[in-house]
Amino acid sequence: MLSIIKLSHAPSIISGASVVGKKEYDGPLGTDFDIHDNDSTFGMDTWEKSESEMQRLAVNTSLAKAKLSPSDIEVIFAGDLMNQCTGSAYGALGFAKPYFGIYGACSTFAEGLAIASMMLGAGYYKKCAVVTSSHFCSAERQFRFPIEYGGQRPPTSQRTVTGAGAVILSLDGAGPFICDVMPGIPIDMGISDANNMGAAMAPAAINTFKRYFDETNTSPSDYDLILTGDLGMEGHSILCEIMGTKGYDMSKNYNDCGLMIYNCKTQDVHSGGSGCGCSATVFSSLILKKLLRHELNNVLFAATGALMSPDSIKQGMSIPGIAHLIHIKNERI
Amino acid sequence: MKLIRAFIIGGALCVIAQIFIDKTRLTPARILVAYVTMGVILGGAGVYGYLVDFAGCGATLPLTGFGYSLSQGVKKAVDESGLIGALTGGLTATAGGIAAAISFGYIFSIIFKSKPKR
Repeated sequence: MLSIIKLSHAPSIISGASVVGKKEYDGPLGTDFDIHDNDSTFGMDTWEKSESEMQRLAVNTSLAKAKLSPSDIEVIFAGDLMNQCTGSAYGALGFAKPYFGIYGACSTFAEGLAIASMMLGAGYYKKCAVVTSSHFCSAERQFRFPIEYGGQRPPTSQRTVTGAGAVILSLDGAGPFICDVMPGIPIDMGISDANNMGAAMAPAAINTFKRYFDETNTSPSDYDLILTGDLGMEGHSILCEIMGTKGYDMSKNYNDCGLMIYNCKTQDVHSGGSGCGCSATVFSSLILKKLLRHELNNVLFAATGALMSPDSIKQGMSIPGIAHLIHIKNERI
Repeated sequence: MKLIRAFIIGGALCVIAQIFIDKTRLTPARILVAYVTMGVILGGAGVYGYLVDFAGCGATLPLTGFGYSLSQGVKKAVDESGLIGALTGGLTATAGGIAAAISFGYIFSIIFKSKPKR
């Protein structure tokens, strides 16, 4: 039984927008992002409200780029890292549209794109918005301690990206198109070190990529770019090595958003960027621009997520990973 | 002089903790708890007192010093009030420090706004 979902009416990504904090703006992709804020508050008095504001800004900017108004979209798919998807729920309020809150940890953006494109492909909706966000301060409060605690981070940890990325999907559009989707399977290899997410998530990415290449009978070299969300330095090398032993050479055209968004040498981010805002912002800015300019024409985007919770960590449970894959092409199949 | 010894010993305790953070998978919370516990054990055994005499604040300021205070407080309270001292002694001895942490933490959180590191 095949697990790939081919979209016969492939929806088009008609616009994208990204909103980031200071550290991301200071990084290598700084000027590719649409909006940034120097103190990461976005004018709000709590980090959770800041995250909602980032999502609102991302969706509104994306709508403006597509010359649409909020009333033109039919549904919003949104997610973030916080309990009860607080940022997304409050951020969606202003749009007065049907809202699906989703959670896939750092894979949420790909999950949102997958679910949204399947719904559009099946004809339930014609236009929708997909947005995800993460914020360094709210993530620290959520998963570790509030930043007021002043806790120190070990060298293998990644830094949660402060950012929101949004795209508008439409059934009428000239591309790039989401042609097929491979939903991820949760994979748990017994890693319980919360400071080494890359190693926990890499097996899920390996599982998804291998299933995809096998079912489509393709190999990594058939694509212009293979992108993961936030495997970081450790996860990146694990993925390349293990896929290499299975006969898939990913060394030439594979990159990771977590390694692209920061300068790991100069910005003191240890193992790279993470969080669902990481893949959302990088995809909605740099990658989408390259697709629209036809510098990239055939892209595999697989955001990975670590499905643990603060309680599961405290209870000593290991960390399962998941990787949802989206295939984007500049022409419909 | 004592100032330099305090600096060296206090710094050394921090370096040891940093090595744990960099080289092991111990979380900062576990390291801090281990430090308090070591302070209690070494204080109870009578060993930590020598470090305090040698280095003053360099030994009492780090979290091992907090464990040391707990142990000395318990010793004193058990001598004075019997077994109940095992429960009352630690908090009595560290009451000042705990109240200071709470009060100053609260005051500073009202005065200052937190933000992420640059």
